[in-house]
This record gives sequence, structure tokens and C-alpha cells, in this order.
Amino acid sequence: MLAALLIVFREVFEAGLIVGIIMAVTVGVPGRGLWVSAGVAAGVIGACVVALFTGGLSQLFGGSGQEVFNAGILAFAVIMLTWHNVWMARHGRELAAELKAAGEAVAAGSKSLAALAIVVAIAVLREGSEVVLFLYGVAAAQGGASWGMAVGGCIGLVLGSLVCLATYLGLVTIPARYLFAVTSTLIAFLAAGLAAQAIAFLQQAAIVTALDETVWDTSWLLSDSSLLGRALHTLIGYVDQPTAMQLIAYAATLATIVVLMKLFSTPPQRRPQTA
Amino acid sequence: MLAVATICCVVAARADDAVSLSVTLKDHQFEPAELHAPANKPIAIHVKNLNTIVSEFESGDLHFEKIVPVGSDAVVHVRPLQPGRYNFYDDFHHATQGYLVVP
Repeated sequence: MLAALLIVFREVFEAGLIVGIIMAVTVGVPGRGLWVSAGVAAGVIGACVVALFTGGLSQLFGGSGQEVFNAGILAFAVIMLTWHNVWMARHGRELAAELKAAGEAVAAGSKSLAALAIVVAIAVLREGSEVVLFLYGVAAAQGGASWGMAVGGCIGLVLGSLVCLATYLGLVTIPARYLFAVTSTLIAFLAAGLAAQAIAFLQQAAIVTALDETVWDTSWLLSDSSLLGRALHTLIGYVDQPTAMQLIAYAATLATIVVLMKLFSTPPQRRPQTA
Repeated sequence: MLAVATICCVVAARADDAVSLSVTLKDHQFEPAELHAPANKPIAIHVKNLNTIVSEFESGDLHFEKIVPVGSDAVVHVRPLQPGRYNFYDDFHHATQGYLVVP
């Protein structure tokens, strides 16, 4: 029971941090509940499909199928997050100024919501497929699901969801006029962290081998296996022993997002009241 | 993400000079439980899962995580290491622990 609780909690915790941020990012956007729920549902289904096909997936790309798949969906999430931030830099002011105004803004807003729903789905899929594999493995080994496993899993799910809720509630206490800046920054660091994680998978598969020396080691200060280390790993991509290539990917992603946001941001025509 | 695209083009085939190690998972034990490798050389660890359930071959110290289905082989690549004693484990069964020793 304890093992099920711990694994489920850990994975839900990591996905929950991302879902909590996305909920805070989209606060006030109509239809967001539906989009985020759809993202979670798609992620759960995707997790089951991935778990089912793990054996076959592993054999692809000369045995590096898992790594290529993980790196691919992470890169896709990075693109979606970048796109969202750039879109918000362009339209965020209008949205805030006209506060849920015309149908056009709402329709355009839902495009950005779709990008974020995809990010939610990817986060849930990645963490969820591990949960499915683990629980299925335990159930198969003991000849069926047990109450202990179900109870442990449910407690893990509830505790993990509380983290999601806490992240959301913590972020929405930020005054509305700062919320946009805070969430844009969070999204940018989240994207950079995911890019560095994608590199780690490509290095594990030996697809990327250049610049693979460890640049620094802060594991004595904060191990990325600890709970705080894991949280920071998910949120801003903290790694206690990053390789040079990971740092380059991290910095390049941040720089790309900042430059694109600057490039596409519209100068304010009038002073917005609420932004 | 531009960087990711660029980086993907920089594919160097250095797996050749990697030190190849093998470990088997059986009855929730690593066999051998201690691996040895020279310092400052890339390493490839081949793992075979002879347990009756799926494993996640993982190491925080060595920076890899990989699902290993029942009866299958997997390989993870590890960056060149400084001397030390590095821990790896089955993330789905934490009692299963192993070490990589670099003298």
C-alpha cells in the first residue's frame, strides 16, 4: 500500500504542479475548466496507451524508443508553452483591457487554451504512464488488484491533487496586474526546464553525446531526488549536475521565448486599466 | 526549441568507445550488485529484466530512467564519470539497489 501511495503521489505531484500553473495562467478565460479537464482526460487515456505499448515502444530507434518519444513530447510541450507566451504577449493586453469582451477574443483565447491543454495532457501522460505500469505490474504479480493498493493509490492521488490545488491557490493570490508577468515568467522557466529534460533523454540514448560533461554539482546542497529538488526540477528545470548541453538548451529556450515575446508584443495603444 | 532542433543535428557517434557493462534483474536483485568502470569514459549499461514484473531502471546519481518490460533488454548511456560510488535502483521496487564503482 505504501509503495502505491508513494509512487502515485510522486507522479501526481509532478503533473499537479504543471496543471496548477496552467489553471492560474488561464484564470478568467472562459471555458478553461473544460479545456484543462479535456487535457487531463486525454493525458490519462494517453498514459494507458503508452503503458500498453511500452514494450513495442522500447524496441524502436535501436532500443531508444522511450527516450526519443519522451524527448519528442517534451519538445512539443516546449513549443506549445512558447507559443502561448508569445500569443499572450501579443493579445494579453487586449484581453485584459476588454475583459472577456467580444466573441472574437474568446475564440482566439481558446486557441491558446488548446496549446495549454496539450501541455496538461503531456504532463499527465508522462507521469501517468509510470503509475499505470507500476500498478499494473504490482497487480499482475500478486494475481489481482488489492484493497491496499487501491487505498494507497487513492490517498496518493488525493495528496497529489492537493499540491495542484495549493499551487493554483497560491498563484491566484497574486494581484491581477502582476499575475500576467509572474505566470509568463513561470511558463518560460517551465519550458526551459522541459527542454533541458529532453536533452537528458537524448543523452541517455546516446543520440546527443556532444558537450556531455557535468558543469557543476550542487547535489550536496539540494539533490534533485529530494521532494524540494523534484518540485524545482518540474517547475524551473533544476538539475543538480547539469551537462553543458542541457545548460545550452535551457538558455537557448529562455532566450528564444524572451526575444519572440519582445518581437511580437504590441505597444499599448492606451493605458489598460486592469493589466 | 530552436536549440533542440540544432542539437539534434549534432549527432556524434561516440557510442563505439563507450565502456559496455551488463546487469541482470532477477528476483528483485541486481546481478552483479556492483559494477566497475574506468573514470572519464562514456559508459553503456545493458540491463535485462528477468523479474516477473516491469521495472524502472533508474539512477539519480547517473541521470537515467528507463522502463524495462518483463523479459526485455534495455541500454542506458552514462556520461563520463569522476571517481566515486554511484547508486542505481529499480524505481518500482526500491529495495532493489545496485552500485557503479569508478576507482
